[in-house]
Amino acid sequence: MSSTPTTNTPTPIPAIDPEPSDEPKAGATGVTAVGRRHGPGAILYQVVSQFLLLIWAAMVILPFLWMIMTALKSDMEILTDPFGLPERLLWENYERAWTTANIGSYFFNTLFVMAMSLTGTLLVSAMASYVLARFEFRANRALYLLFSAGLMFPVFLGLVPLYFLMDDLRLLNTLHGLALVYIAYSLPFTIFFMVGFFKTLPGEVAEAAIVDGATHYQTFFQIMLPMAKPGIIAMGIFNFLGQWNQFLLPLVLISNEDRYVLSQGLNFLAIQQGYNSDYSALFAALVIVMVPTLIVYILFQRRLESGLTAGALKG
Amino acid sequence: MNYNRRGFMISFLAPAIILYSVFVLWPYINAFYISLTSWSGVSANRPFVGFSNYADLLTSGRFLEALGRNAQLLIVLPLGALSVALLFAALFTQGGTGILGSGFYRVVYFFPQVISVVIVGILFQYVYNPRYGLLNEALGFMGLDGLTRTWLGDGATILWAIAFVFIWSSIGFYMVIFIASMQSIPTSFYEAATLDGATNWRQFRDITFPLMWETIRTAMIYISIQALDLFVLVQVMTGGSFSGPQRNAEVAAVFMYTEAFGNSQWGSAAAVGVILMVLTMVLSVVIMRVTRREVYEY
Repeated sequence: MSSTPTTNTPTPIPAIDPEPSDEPKAGATGVTAVGRRHGPGAILYQVVSQFLLLIWAAMVILPFLWMIMTALKSDMEILTDPFGLPERLLWENYERAWTTANIGSYFFNTLFVMAMSLTGTLLVSAMASYVLARFEFRANRALYLLFSAGLMFPVFLGLVPLYFLMDDLRLLNTLHGLALVYIAYSLPFTIFFMVGFFKTLPGEVAEAAIVDGATHYQTFFQIMLPMAKPGIIAMGIFNFLGQWNQFLLPLVLISNEDRYVLSQGLNFLAIQQGYNSDYSALFAALVIVMVPTLIVYILFQRRLESGLTAGALKG
Repeated sequence: MNYNRRGFMISFLAPAIILYSVFVLWPYINAFYISLTSWSGVSANRPFVGFSNYADLLTSGRFLEALGRNAQLLIVLPLGALSVALLFAALFTQGGTGILGSGFYRVVYFFPQVISVVIVGILFQYVYNPRYGLLNEALGFMGLDGLTRTWLGDGATILWAIAFVFIWSSIGFYMVIFIASMQSIPTSFYEAATLDGATNWRQFRDITFPLMWETIRTAMIYISIQALDLFVLVQVMTGGSFSGPQRNAEVAAVFMYTEAFGNSQWGSAAAVGVILMVLTMVLSVVIMRVTRREVYEY
């Protein structure tokens, strides 16, 4: 999704850094040579640092552990013994979350939207970025700036008119309508990144193909697109996370509870629990929604971080 | 070949341009227009009222109070998140011998950024629950019963409780960026400084900090924008209602949402959006100017 703050996807921060020199960087060894210490000074530093870092790590992990543990408890246990371990592991909480609390249907709604929006975002962005990156024409610069400008505008500026626009287009409350909106709002960030990426690909391969008689379409789909896989995967990951977690747009555009996506479904569930008190199902629901992002994160954590910092350093 | 080329370019650019224009550009432009009306959404009648929406908002106590809360967040969030992130980043990279388990810490600290804000918000609603939530239980466990509060039920604490959640989830994000920036500084600088007898603190202050200043600047702008636009976390943690003690958590963006979807004051809501956008841009420019320094080439 776009890098505006209403989403919570980590996005590369374009920064203007001085030109990198050829000197050995701290990054090469991972650590700077600052005050290379030996003996008691070094040990004290380690101990104090580890202490601080461990405290914070605990503060990060603890709520999640608590969440997972609570998801296996009974409601009684939640209310009376919040800190303790569950007496029995109540996996049926998950079942209740999936069916009674409707997480199952929210899950499928989200998958449905994402299937369309993710492929749509990647395809549309790749196509536009390819042209913007490799073809010269007068409007090129202006178009690029137009897309990039979208990064600066907050999503909620257009929220009110968007609502009525979707109503007029009869796309309000539809999952495919939501997917289209997702794609549109993901374009600034994705195109911004992909243009930079396409520019790093060697042009000779494409030129050779053209000389050999390939059409531009063939060149794109059979040669350049496969070469762009790393960038596309990176954008796929960012957009997956952003769109999976997207809350504001579905909140505004989907009012039919049957069609809720996961994030708004969860919110709806949480508000309802004020009355129903099925806390265990709520916690199970939280865990269910968290798991896919956890998996994606563990699998792609390195890529996420390097993608994020690439923008911060190269500028 | 030329026709082929042009047709190709147009066909490849068209989907993006169409989608973008229809769903992004048009609403943005339209928002300005709607903000000049007093439209209530139902009728086709959109009475043009000029700038009265803006006038009402800027003299309305409630909106100004909401903005005031954003202003407070503007101070607290960067202070809380960036300073700690900087500290941790320094611990990781400036120690000379490295930190054991740095890989582990980075994976853990970054995780909250990846999770849906909705999950974080709901989770912390229960963490903050006065009777059976994690926080008060933990405080009691450590014998600090006196510190327990009804965090989200008390007007004095609710905004800060939410602010803490934001800081909690952001530290890893900024830490990662700062680490990358610090690691791009050549080691020879530090080696030379050590040879000259500079202490770790001096090296941080005189080498690391100036050379990563650009990154810190960018981070400041980014988090300031987040402070101005904060919506999802507040909306989720308050359930969307802002009466009673929860009024103290009403920030500009949720005020706008309530105006639009609660009160059907579309014109006023659109005006809030425009005001926020202008403030965001002004703020970014101000921060850029104020933090401008000589750029060190290295």
